Amino acid sequence: MDLNILWFILVAILYAGFFFLEGFDFGVGMLLPSLGRKDVERRAIINTIGPHWDGNEVWLIVAGGATFAAFPQWYATLFSGFYLGFFLLLFALIVRGVGFEFRSKLSAPRWRYGWDWAIAISSFFAAFLLGVVFTNLVRGVPIDGDMQYTGGFFTLLNPISLLGGLAVVMLFLFHGANFLSLKLSEGLRERSHNAARTYFPAALLFALGLFAALLFTPSAFSAKGVLSAILPVLAAAALVVSRVMMGKKKEGWAFICSSLAVVLTVAALFAALFPNVMVSSTDAANSLTIYNASSAPYTLKVISIIAAIMVPVVLAYQVWTYVVFKKRVKADAKNLTY
Amino acid sequence: MDIVVLSRWQFALTTIYHFFFVPLTLGLAWFVAILETMYVRSGNPMYKRLTKFWGKLFLINYAMGVVTGIVMEFQFGMNWSEYSRFVGDVFGAPLAVEGLLAFFLESTFLGVWIFGWERISKKLHAAVMWIVAIGGNLSAFWILAANGFMQHPVGYEIVNGRAQMTNFGALLGNTRALYLFLHTFFAGLVTAAFFMLGFSIYHLVKKQDEEAFRKSFVLSAVIGLISAVAVGGAGHAQGVYLREVQPMAAAASEAHYETADPADFHLIAGIDQEGRKTTWSITIPKALSFLYFFKWEGEVEGLNQVQAQYEQLYGPGNYIPNIPIAFWTFRAMVGAGLLMVLLSLGALIIAWKKYPEKWIRRSGWLVWIIFLPYVANTTGWLLTETGRQPWVVHGLMQTKDAVSPNLTPATVLISLIGFVLIYAALMVIDLYLLVKFAKKGLSAGDMDSVPITGEVETKKKGGK
Repeated sequence: MDLNILWFILVAILYAGFFFLEGFDFGVGMLLPSLGRKDVERRAIINTIGPHWDGNEVWLIVAGGATFAAFPQWYATLFSGFYLGFFLLLFALIVRGVGFEFRSKLSAPRWRYGWDWAIAISSFFAAFLLGVVFTNLVRGVPIDGDMQYTGGFFTLLNPISLLGGLAVVMLFLFHGANFLSLKLSEGLRERSHNAARTYFPAALLFALGLFAALLFTPSAFSAKGVLSAILPVLAAAALVVSRVMMGKKKEGWAFICSSLAVVLTVAALFAALFPNVMVSSTDAANSLTIYNASSAPYTLKVISIIAAIMVPVVLAYQVWTYVVFKKRVKADAKNLTY
Repeated sequence: MDIVVLSRWQFALTTIYHFFFVPLTLGLAWFVAILETMYVRSGNPMYKRLTKFWGKLFLINYAMGVVTGIVMEFQFGMNWSEYSRFVGDVFGAPLAVEGLLAFFLESTFLGVWIFGWERISKKLHAAVMWIVAIGGNLSAFWILAANGFMQHPVGYEIVNGRAQMTNFGALLGNTRALYLFLHTFFAGLVTAAFFMLGFSIYHLVKKQDEEAFRKSFVLSAVIGLISAVAVGGAGHAQGVYLREVQPMAAAASEAHYETADPADFHLIAGIDQEGRKTTWSITIPKALSFLYFFKWEGEVEGLNQVQAQYEQLYGPGNYIPNIPIAFWTFRAMVGAGLLMVLLSLGALIIAWKKYPEKWIRRSGWLVWIIFLPYVANTTGWLLTETGRQPWVVHGLMQTKDAVSPNLTPATVLISLIGFVLIYAALMVIDLYLLVKFAKKGLSAGDMDSVPITGEVETKKKGGK
């Protein structure tokens, strides 16, 4: 296996890690106004991700940085091509990030509940836009022979990518509800169960729809044979098992399975992409691949060594933080960090 | 306006804005860690309250740094895709490593710090803040290693028209980057010191929590003085090195048009950019040579001579950056720096004299010294980044060739207006919150915000 393949896998792992972690963060954000009926309840909901969301978001920054370092041409074409898409994503991430910090700093109801909605809406858009971006990578967008994107903003909004955006939103809602039923207690825990049940059908439906649509995309599944067919099936299966576990009140298993479903969905997208990193709909020969978009071997070697040392360390201390905050959060004003 | 101009405006605005919050984060983390360590060692609850108070202000500021930081990483690809293609091999690596090695550390442990007061031991909790401080400052190192490459490229070769990394060690050991880092590290401490000093004065004048704010006062005055001197030292060393590797930027900061030996130093001067000369000036004879060589002689290349060299090297074109910006930002930065040395010295004398009442009564206005480091930080970056122009990577790629060719002016204008609007709104909110909690005094730290009782009104009831 050469370094280009290794880095394709590493970048896929970073995005999968980001979708898995920030996936439930976004889900929690979207569920915030509907699940929390009192201020303390909303604070309890935010506090389930409070210690973690910032560290989770760094996965996106590292994934972006790794794309830049290992595949500069991919990074350049993607970010300049999807310019307004990324601008909107940044806008959503900014609102969400300051929302968590600012909401409790003043006590006027309008201030707090306003930020709650801002968090929910920005979480929705962030999830949706990420879905749109990744679906477009696989589906293909117009790219010329100089690796320049030649479409406009609305080229990105096509039926398949909109389906992809909604699929990611629904997956995150289900995933987030599973996370909350694991982390909250009493009434809020019950409500989280119900939310998971409510969003399951949509999550399954949209995910299946996305996989089916990609099945008919020439560059994606159809060309790649067994592996690219297995991953979507496994993702859908994990989703179903997660719902079954939720029905049996096995919240831990339900969360593990929805995490698997999210990770497998990202894996399915990257498998469909391989060995391309961006498919050109203008001419297949213009597609960016792990070879024509990559850095030189020396750079790949350097960052491989650093990643080999640092990724396990990061994983270790991030897992530790979840151990420190493993207790369920109670909607009880005395024990909440505001 | 074309996409280069618009993209430069957007990058400048978002960078300056980002760097409004970053130095305070870098510096204040050390202060909070020190205060918490004092609490752990002494057991004195006053230090815990101080830790929480400054910690709260740290967090309000931190959030802004984080959300504006993501913008920076994305913008290289969004607006400067040709730059990204050209230097990705070299420039991407420190950015990736920054996230992996430093930013993960900072943000993950900060989450533990905020929510972990009751969950982990006191000692571990203090250690967590030290990790946050180290993580943040490590971040700065990697970012400046990347920036150092743009100022003075090392450890690369050009293959097929792209820069490829050949020596990662050289990239990290880039003298230009190391000076940038030292300068920034101490600038962070100065920023935090003056933030603390200013608000401590506010509370001493108001006679609120006096004992605690005297501690903050002394701590910030001592660290402020040391760091203000150090930031000047690192800056001077950087300037001397700048003359060797970026003679154009060095001469620009002094509006030094003609090569001379010995060279005079313009304290202030009138600048004729078109005519490429100074029209008038107040000058200290031979002082520029002295600054660079530590003796009253030595040749200092002038802008016009470097311009002639560059035309031979790189072909016809104007290689002189905007001189008024470089010249005046440099003076503003150094002026603010010297003033801060004096002010922190003065603060130490006040503390030594046991805060004479006569002085306290007249010192309300001194709260405004909080802005001094911000002046220095902003002008410093303006000098560094505009002094490099017209290059995006010195000697290798010009800024006009770095922009994303697929963008239209309308697209960039949309994002530029979008950023300006949201950044302006957030600045208002952020300053309001910072000032509100800073004025409240120590109780701002221990009193966690109170929940609103009752249900959230979900449906509008008629007439309400």
